[in-house]
Amino acid sequence: MKKVLTAILIMALIPGILAGCGSKSEGSNGKVVVYNWGEYMDPDVLTLFEEETGIKVVYDEFETNEIMYPKVDAGAVAYDLVCPSDYMIQKMLENDLLAELNFDNMPNTKNIGSMFMEKSKEFDPENKYSVPYMWGTVGILYNKTMVSEPVDSWDILWDEKYKDNILMQNSVRDAFMVALSRLGYSINSTDEAELQEAKQTLIDQKPLVQAYVIDQVRDKMIGGEAALGVIYSGEALVCQQQNPDLDYVVPKEGSNIWIDSWVIPKNAENKENAEKFLDFLCRPDIAAKNFEYITYYSPVEGVKEYVEDEYLLNSPLAFPDPEQYTNCTTFHYLGEEADEYYNEIWREVQAAGTSE
Amino acid sequence: MKKTAQRIYLALIFVFLYAPIVTLMVLSFNGSKFRTKWDGFSTKWYVQLFRNEQIMSALYNTLAIGLLSALFATVLGTAACIGIHAMKKKSRMVWMGITNIPMLNAEIVTGISLMLLFIAFGVNFGFMTILLGHITFNIPYVILSVMPKLRQTDKATYEAAMDLGASPVKAFFKVVFPDILPGVLSGFLLSFTMSLDDFVITHFVKGAGVDTLSTKIYAEVRKGIKPEMYALSTIMFVSVLLLLLIINRPSRKKPQKSAV
Amino acid sequence: MRKKLIAGPYMLWAIAFILIPLAMVFYYGLTDKNGSFTLSNIASISSPEALKSLVLALGLSLLSTVICLILAYPLAMILNNLKVNQNSFIVLIFILPMWMNFLLRTMAWQTLLEKTGVINQLLGLLHLPPLNIINTPTAIVLGMVYNFLPFMVLPIYNVLVKIDPNVVHAARDLGANGFTTFVKIIFPLSLPGVISGITMVFVPSLTTFVISDLLGGGKILLIGNVIEQEFKQVNNWHVGSGLSIVLMIFIIISMFITNKYDRDGEGAVL
Repeated sequence: MKKVLTAILIMALIPGILAGCGSKSEGSNGKVVVYNWGEYMDPDVLTLFEEETGIKVVYDEFETNEIMYPKVDAGAVAYDLVCPSDYMIQKMLENDLLAELNFDNMPNTKNIGSMFMEKSKEFDPENKYSVPYMWGTVGILYNKTMVSEPVDSWDILWDEKYKDNILMQNSVRDAFMVALSRLGYSINSTDEAELQEAKQTLIDQKPLVQAYVIDQVRDKMIGGEAALGVIYSGEALVCQQQNPDLDYVVPKEGSNIWIDSWVIPKNAENKENAEKFLDFLCRPDIAAKNFEYITYYSPVEGVKEYVEDEYLLNSPLAFPDPEQYTNCTTFHYLGEEADEYYNEIWREVQAAGTSE
Repeated sequence: MKKTAQRIYLALIFVFLYAPIVTLMVLSFNGSKFRTKWDGFSTKWYVQLFRNEQIMSALYNTLAIGLLSALFATVLGTAACIGIHAMKKKSRMVWMGITNIPMLNAEIVTGISLMLLFIAFGVNFGFMTILLGHITFNIPYVILSVMPKLRQTDKATYEAAMDLGASPVKAFFKVVFPDILPGVLSGFLLSFTMSLDDFVITHFVKGAGVDTLSTKIYAEVRKGIKPEMYALSTIMFVSVLLLLLIINRPSRKKPQKSAV
Repeated sequence: MRKKLIAGPYMLWAIAFILIPLAMVFYYGLTDKNGSFTLSNIASISSPEALKSLVLALGLSLLSTVICLILAYPLAMILNNLKVNQNSFIVLIFILPMWMNFLLRTMAWQTLLEKTGVINQLLGLLHLPPLNIINTPTAIVLGMVYNFLPFMVLPIYNVLVKIDPNVVHAARDLGANGFTTFVKIIFPLSLPGVISGITMVFVPSLTTFVISDLLGGGKILLIGNVIEQEFKQVNNWHVGSGLSIVLMIFIIISMFITNKYDRDGEGAVL
């Protein structure tokens, strides 16, 4: 009797196994494997695309460029469409990981503001490999009830008054960007003396920092856990909507202005589907949907006309003019050696001062 | 007096173990999407949970991998036990030693080693790689639950059955199997639980778009956990609790000794 | 004997998924990017950061093990004395939490411990000073104790249950007081449980990267975090494997100490 039961159990599970492997892989028109930042697209957009095209979207997420890179590099998962930032695209290009895009398949890419295509040339010199998805700046989100003085400088993140009330970004380039900007150096510095100095400032700052986090800045700032947090511009809007005491500023010393763009890795198995999806994302109505959901700035022209959310339409933070950020720079890929050096000194910052 | 002290101590440990769980349950009724903000009581996440395709598919993967890996591990592990039990002492020691490796080794090293293996052999990361990984770390739990039972069985009854004309297979299922069944069952349950709770190994061998609840939660930790997740874990927790209460209530018989 | 053959599938499985993968870790750990032999990956443990993370991990995991032992021993004794439907009760207490995902449970401590968290709001109501342990090593120790306490309680309890009450009675009859009975009889008899409890708490605490990640606020680096980053971010598998080998050496050392007390040699782990 027991044997029969086990057999039934196994039989019952076999369709499950097949479904487990099968349902993941195919829609009626194949699939596209997308690798995007966490919480960086409206899930409805995926459904809409699947309904319109019959292409199944397999969706995976990463937290930082540095986590994304080894996965694409190892090739254990064949992604069709990936959304790295500027400097990482440059690195992937230099390491020959990217496939050239066929813009004939993507008529909607003409909706991308020309200034963003121009800016993309910094990392994709001929505009052949990438299509911008979102852009923004890095700045300080602060709680007006907890910070009385005006916030306009990175220096405030080193102010003893705010000990244990400061949130820093837990990714190597962003953390060093803050330190280098504060010291007045280029955020793409490869000068050892400058970087050592930056490292030291970060180590000095560490006792004041409550936590090094990535997207958690949002939760913590909304809940009033901290007074100041380094954050991407897109998050600022959501936070302010939830907690009106919050405000966002790009410090006067300058900061990072970034573009996250879509690229297709060389080992992609569904390149045409990837281009269809990319084209879909460049439609203003779809871009508007994504903007309303994640509140990062879209480079697609005409987005504003499709935005319905009153709060977003009226917020001064929502549609900034990219031209105003003259003191902000884009990250560049600095070469393998500099990469390793950054990792090394970042590790020193991370390991510093915990031996209490 | 001593009794009271003991009860207080028990109660304190109980609070310590269950405070986070109660917290999660409370959060599942929070009207706000954000963990740090209380927006009044609401059950909306319990409704939205079932519409959240990503969480549902993670739940499906978790359960499917849990069941399948526990099942394969139980079959492989029970067979292994019988074989190893019949070996000479020396080779028995060697194989038990190997069996102990995944249990005693750091999870992170097991995860990394499997990742390196799959990459070296060009295996596509996905449902399959997670399943293989889970079977691997589950087998030792089965072996360690079945082995003690097998050692307690009486060889003579098995031989007697054979002498009376039963085939070895029949003799095994009629005589030995009932004796080791409790061990097999607890091995299965243990494997299932371990598989459900695993994060580290899955973290290293998972592929695109295939998430278990653990990896989904880990990804969400960074960007703010969706309240649906609290709702789901509350449901799972409460159903297991009820199940255990039902199992334990009616029979006053001594429950089987679990391996843990 | 044909019976041995029935272990065949498992033996193949173990070779394919336990031994070969481990061999690969050793291969990567002992070669450089060009594939030639080197010890430099293993030597990278001597860099100040890696060494510090290892020492910190050793310290915190030892501390959590000790705390677990102190908490668990009396607990196991109390449970043993209760005698009422013990097994289901114990399963209820210790196994049940495992059905709530371990990451969520650990995350929940963040909600409890935060500056504006539940515990501090309660303390505030009672006009007590706030507890500031989130994102410190203390929080990580708490996370370790919380997650691994059952692994200490259960083996000790299992051994205590098996102690023949007559032995204890005999000792009392012969005039030993409660304390002497404990020191001379109960504790020595329970030692195997204590030892396996120690390994079962120490090893996962030593090697965790998740707990430090969730409760350390990114300010505290344990050896597990260093290895995880080597694989997932820095993308240097050779150094990552080298450090894994170092980690395994420490595990083997702790196994070795354990094995001296493990009379069975087989399966006393659980």
